[in-house]
Amino acid sequence: MPEIVSLREAVADHIHDGNVVAMEGFTHLIPFAAGYEVIRQGRKDLTLVRMTPDLIYDQLIGMGCARKLIFSWGGNPGVGSLHRFRDAVENGWPHPLAIEEHSHADLAGAYQAGASNLPFAVLRGYVGSDLPKHSPAIKWITCPFTGETLAATPAVRPDVTVIHAQKADRKGNVLIWGIVGIQKEAVLAAKRAIVTVEEIVDDLAAPVNACILPHWVVSAVCHVPRGAHPSYAHGYYGRDNAFCRAWDPISRDREKFRAWIDEYVMGTRDFAGFQAKLGAKQLA
Amino acid sequence: MANDMTYTPTEMMTVAAARKLHNGTVCFVGIGLPSAAANLARATHAPEVVLIYESGTIGTKPKVLPLSIGDGELAETADTVVSVPEIFRYWLQGGRVDVGFLGAAQIDRFGNINTTVIGPYDKPKTRLPGAGGAPEIASAAGEVLIILKQSPRAFMPKLDFITSAGHMTGGDSRARSGARGKGPTAIITDLGILTPHPETKEMTLTALHPFATAEQAVAATGWPLKVADKLERTEPPSRLELEALRELHARTARAHGQQAEG
Repeated sequence: MPEIVSLREAVADHIHDGNVVAMEGFTHLIPFAAGYEVIRQGRKDLTLVRMTPDLIYDQLIGMGCARKLIFSWGGNPGVGSLHRFRDAVENGWPHPLAIEEHSHADLAGAYQAGASNLPFAVLRGYVGSDLPKHSPAIKWITCPFTGETLAATPAVRPDVTVIHAQKADRKGNVLIWGIVGIQKEAVLAAKRAIVTVEEIVDDLAAPVNACILPHWVVSAVCHVPRGAHPSYAHGYYGRDNAFCRAWDPISRDREKFRAWIDEYVMGTRDFAGFQAKLGAKQLA
Repeated sequence: MANDMTYTPTEMMTVAAARKLHNGTVCFVGIGLPSAAANLARATHAPEVVLIYESGTIGTKPKVLPLSIGDGELAETADTVVSVPEIFRYWLQGGRVDVGFLGAAQIDRFGNINTTVIGPYDKPKTRLPGAGGAPEIASAAGEVLIILKQSPRAFMPKLDFITSAGHMTGGDSRARSGARGKGPTAIITDLGILTPHPETKEMTLTALHPFATAEQAVAATGWPLKVADKLERTEPPSRLELEALRELHARTARAHGQQAEG
């Protein structure tokens, strides 16, 4: 049974320097609060995995928390580039970032393989693409039944997966709905899993086929309302598009970026403090 | 460009792209211009077009254009929402998609797409977002439509990186490759429409928008663009098409608090 703990404790207990960490979410339910806490605790040498790295990975990379990124599409959705990610890849700032690049179908399959305890996933695709030439993680295999050439990609097995969900009950069973992305596979592929939730309730009242992560596959549950902001939580709040746009000029400039992190992330005790500061600034 | 246009080249591009989708077509939609065109088709001549976004939303009917591929609007208005591995495995790789509708950063004369890097891969001049779902869409969809503004920086003689395959090296190279779909059947631009030559598969200018000239299209292309002997003229946007597109953008701007593209 997972412990229901503070996010600070969950990150301290489960995310260690050098770990392979997946903070997943497909534009929905991105675990931002957990990402800020990883920055606050100064984790380093992480291998970050994510299909769609966005602002929180931009921040982790810009703060030098990551040595390697495994991904399939990196951008600020609806806005443009991730400037800290680009600065790391193009200029090696704050230090060089190794990348292992996939397509969505490939990385989704790699999580499924991880969750299935299989060594690799198979897909038809990449025909005519240069990606396999540059990625040692994409190989060609021959189907033993038909002789067809197919692409293979190694399973993703994170040390820890972090997701944000709508609800947990007091035992730590987790309910997630809307665009569920790759979160279930990412949790089941990982050795440990941290779930931040909008609400902790007595009864999930979930329909029979709902997407549930039973408490015995989750290591820690943290009650972090609005923990996915500036992404959204279906049924709770919409995406903060203004924040995503405002991130663009902050992230273009190394000093502005560092100043922002210092003020909002390092200068606050926890996510509630972060939100209070952000709210006060926006009202000012 | 003519001064008396009552519509913009971008609007013409979006309208011309929307006309390529038929009622009932199952379309896997990229974000941005493809999404605008697909939803315009749904608002006009193809109300039963089935739109799929890679976030797992199937049969989605957004009232406003999504800002991201996974906006809540897409989930709320979908027939069903499935996981990301399911959308790629059962629905796209499974062969359920008629048309893949893509944008691109750069393209070459065979409709190959680069969304990965400009410059060398290991020391890129510009790091682009990467593949996303495009390699599998380009490979597995029955056919591919590409919508992209024409310029020498986007229409490249040689790509630094092929992210998603079009007609590869031309001729029968795609047919021999094992890719399931037909590949790009049209590139719709702000000047006209390029379609593959039946044998060489080189993307050839076969239609011009009402305000454009073949010379403009050639000048906006980084390779020596082949021009069909007999060029079609795109019908200008009808009042209905233009009004539907502008209403869609106005609703979108109100919802997101900003101006959308296309």
